[in-house]
Amino acid sequence: MITQLVFRALDKKAVWLVLILVAIAVAVPASNLLLPTGHPLRIPNYMVPLFGKYLNYALLALALDLVWGYVGILSLGHAAFFSLGGYIMGMYLMRQIGNRGVYGNPILPDFMVFLQYKELPWYWNWVDMWWFDFLMILFVPGLLAFLFGWFAFRSRVTGVYLSIITQAMTFALQLAFFRNDFGFGGANGLTDFKDILGFNIQAGSTRAGLFAASALALALGVLMCSAIVNSKLGKVMVAVRDAESRTRFLGWRPDNVKLFAFTVSALLASVAGALFVPQVGIINPGEFAPENSIEAVIWVAVGGRGTIIGPIIGAIVVNVGKTLFTGWLPDYWLFALGALFIGTTLFLPKGIVGLFRRAGRQDRRPPGKEASAAAEAGVSPSTLGAKVEPAE
Amino acid sequence: MATRLIRLIAFLIALSLSALPAFAQDSLTPLVDALGQGGFPDRGRAVDALVATGDQRVPPILQALSDGDLYVRKADEKVVIARTASGGFALSEPLDGAALGDAAKADVEKIKVNNGLRGKIRTAIGSMTLMSEDRAIRLAAAQNVLKNADPAMLELLDQALAQETDPEIKSVMEFARASIVLKTDASIDDKRAAIQSIGAQGTRAAQTILINFLPSAPDELKVEVQAAIDSVGRTLAVWDVGQNVWYGISLGSVLLLAAIGLAITFGVMGIINMAHGEMVMLGAYTTFVVQGLVRTYAPGLFDYSLLIALPAAFLVSAVIGMAIERGIIRWLYGRPLETLLATWGLSLILQQAIRTVFGATNKPIVAPTWMSGSFDLGNLTITWSRLWIVIFAIAVFIILQLVLNRTPLGLQMRAVTQNRRMASSMGIRTPFVDAMTFGLGSGIAGLAGVALSQIDNVSPNLGQGYIVDSFMVVVFGGVGNLWGTLIGAITLGIGNKFLEPYAGAVLAKILILVLIILFIQRRPRGLFALKGRAVEQ
Repeated sequence: MITQLVFRALDKKAVWLVLILVAIAVAVPASNLLLPTGHPLRIPNYMVPLFGKYLNYALLALALDLVWGYVGILSLGHAAFFSLGGYIMGMYLMRQIGNRGVYGNPILPDFMVFLQYKELPWYWNWVDMWWFDFLMILFVPGLLAFLFGWFAFRSRVTGVYLSIITQAMTFALQLAFFRNDFGFGGANGLTDFKDILGFNIQAGSTRAGLFAASALALALGVLMCSAIVNSKLGKVMVAVRDAESRTRFLGWRPDNVKLFAFTVSALLASVAGALFVPQVGIINPGEFAPENSIEAVIWVAVGGRGTIIGPIIGAIVVNVGKTLFTGWLPDYWLFALGALFIGTTLFLPKGIVGLFRRAGRQDRRPPGKEASAAAEAGVSPSTLGAKVEPAE
Repeated sequence: MATRLIRLIAFLIALSLSALPAFAQDSLTPLVDALGQGGFPDRGRAVDALVATGDQRVPPILQALSDGDLYVRKADEKVVIARTASGGFALSEPLDGAALGDAAKADVEKIKVNNGLRGKIRTAIGSMTLMSEDRAIRLAAAQNVLKNADPAMLELLDQALAQETDPEIKSVMEFARASIVLKTDASIDDKRAAIQSIGAQGTRAAQTILINFLPSAPDELKVEVQAAIDSVGRTLAVWDVGQNVWYGISLGSVLLLAAIGLAITFGVMGIINMAHGEMVMLGAYTTFVVQGLVRTYAPGLFDYSLLIALPAAFLVSAVIGMAIERGIIRWLYGRPLETLLATWGLSLILQQAIRTVFGATNKPIVAPTWMSGSFDLGNLTITWSRLWIVIFAIAVFIILQLVLNRTPLGLQMRAVTQNRRMASSMGIRTPFVDAMTFGLGSGIAGLAGVALSQIDNVSPNLGQGYIVDSFMVVVFGGVGNLWGTLIGAITLGIGNKFLEPYAGAVLAKILILVLIILFIQRRPRGLFALKGRAVEQ
């Protein structure tokens, strides 16, 4: 089953994308570490974490595209999963500081000493073990998304209502993380990291490693999403997006399909957040802001929703633009971003990818694929029980 | 003739000078110094002269005289207040209490008083304070007695009580008397009556006095004191509920104002207008501009600048809203999620535009005199600005209901909402109605901005703070129903304020958000859901 999924995922475009990402994962660190300073092809030190950040954003956009582009759920709460992943990574990094903090307390992070904690809150107990912490990066946001989706999709909260309650979720989390007694450093968040897995977090080689990890994580995300959307489940997802009621009447369970996509998407977003934090060196409640979620939505829209490569292009283009723009004309960035929102929705509903599609009509799906998909339908229940029973 | 004129001028000058506080003090000083001169009859006359000024600084001086704290400094025959300090006296100025240094015992001489003079002083203080002709002075004096609860005042208080007619002052005096009685060694029955009297006050101050009294109370009274404390506690709890309800209504009316425009654009038209908060913000900035213009060109109307700002804010927001509808939103009908993104982009542009024009700092808005200050209602303190906002919110709600239900435009709006194609077939210009509806919703957001400028910072981010809350209110109340919005806003406001004492402001807000998320699971279409074929999609 798994091999079948992987093979399906390896359609031509996804393979190319994964290969490019792997090449980037090798080339950028190599250029930064091996070439001498001043070499024209060398990527400067400050650019490595910057590019890494773009790749994390691209993974977040890909995650969002899985639910918005393929299932039609516009989540305005993906910043919550991204930030939760970041915070859980931050907890591990805080515990690694040990007695090198300002107060030199071997157990308690600086902010806890400052806020007069006597001992670690229970949820900080195991995070100094990297394997446990990395499991939590997957488990906690996954559980949150699963529970949230379980309740929301079963009671058929759809469309804008879902968008608004996901926004309420991330807003509520933001308010909670701002509180000092919540145990996550209040408004200052977690920062002053020293080590990750025993490597100095400031060192060029560690940063290069983190960049490679970001690129590989994105490649893995592409592989996963591609496998999902090319499977039969992926077709049901698109069906739910385009005609939810009809899909339901055909005997499928749209709520389960949505729940699956939403949870997987949250996991990807959380991994992106976890890789983001060591590269920027701080996580604070501002990351939870609903605005961040909406900004991520525009990356997807600009690149082209409902495609694998679109959100990646969108995230990178918009963020490179943001970096350049805020450097040149800081006061006008919001004008540009606002115009991007309006322009994309009005004139580019299919995004940048749509532009190319329109240019080259030959890039269409081979007709045989639909036929085979139709033949498959009803043959075997999907892996996730997304189908209740055959129509007859 | 000439001498008379000169005298008159001199008199007028003296009069005008005495009106100034600095000189008024001077005019009192010789009278105070006169207390140190001559024998008892002279002193009596000096007291009379002081009382005749009616100056409120006089009673403490007379009290000091009666207590034997008033001395004459032999060097310059100045009357001073002297209190024993190490090795002599610490002197202070009787009028304003300013320190005048130390003096040896030989340097000052005590001003003697006899019993006759003491009686006279007591009456004089009474007539200047608790038995003054002026109601405000009496009230202040009674409150002062209550604060100090000095047993020496009991006799005077009884006299004052006997002739007091004003119920409010009488109540304060009785309260003061009862709390003084608790301090004296009066009989058990008197104290019992005092406890009853304090318990009947039902205020926090009364509770404090009783709690302080409890440890020193005689054993036979302890039960009654405890009962009185509990009874006051129950009264206070009722008032606390009232206070919370009022705060809740106040917050609810703010939410209602912010959300009601959204209830039109989102509820009636199904447009997710993320720039709604910016319409509110534009209304607030219009208020700022109008106030500036009124201040410059018609200062006499300054108190009414908010009223002038109302139509201006409505027009500004409505026109911009209609431009948005015609320019952007009409291309996106039937694609709600895209509308959300486009209007979000628009909100970024509007915020940045305001920041570019007006700067990022908060703009000051002056509250008109009729909106500042507060008044007491029982144990509640109600500020005028909050009360006016509640009234304004209700007025906006009523007007909007009337517009939707009683005007041709409202009829057309409802027709287009319920069945666009049928309405169009009946000859209704649906694009025009769309623009008008969106303009109405935006204009009302502008009105909300005028009101919110009174209680919030007028900054480019003003609208951001309300957008999540407003969506919550509309979704909670049920889309397409103004009554739902009203009830949703008030419920959320009161719920928030009732959770606050237990959970704190931020946690209360988080709880409310979580409760709404859970509520939406139960009722995905809000409190008052539209029923019928139009509901799906």
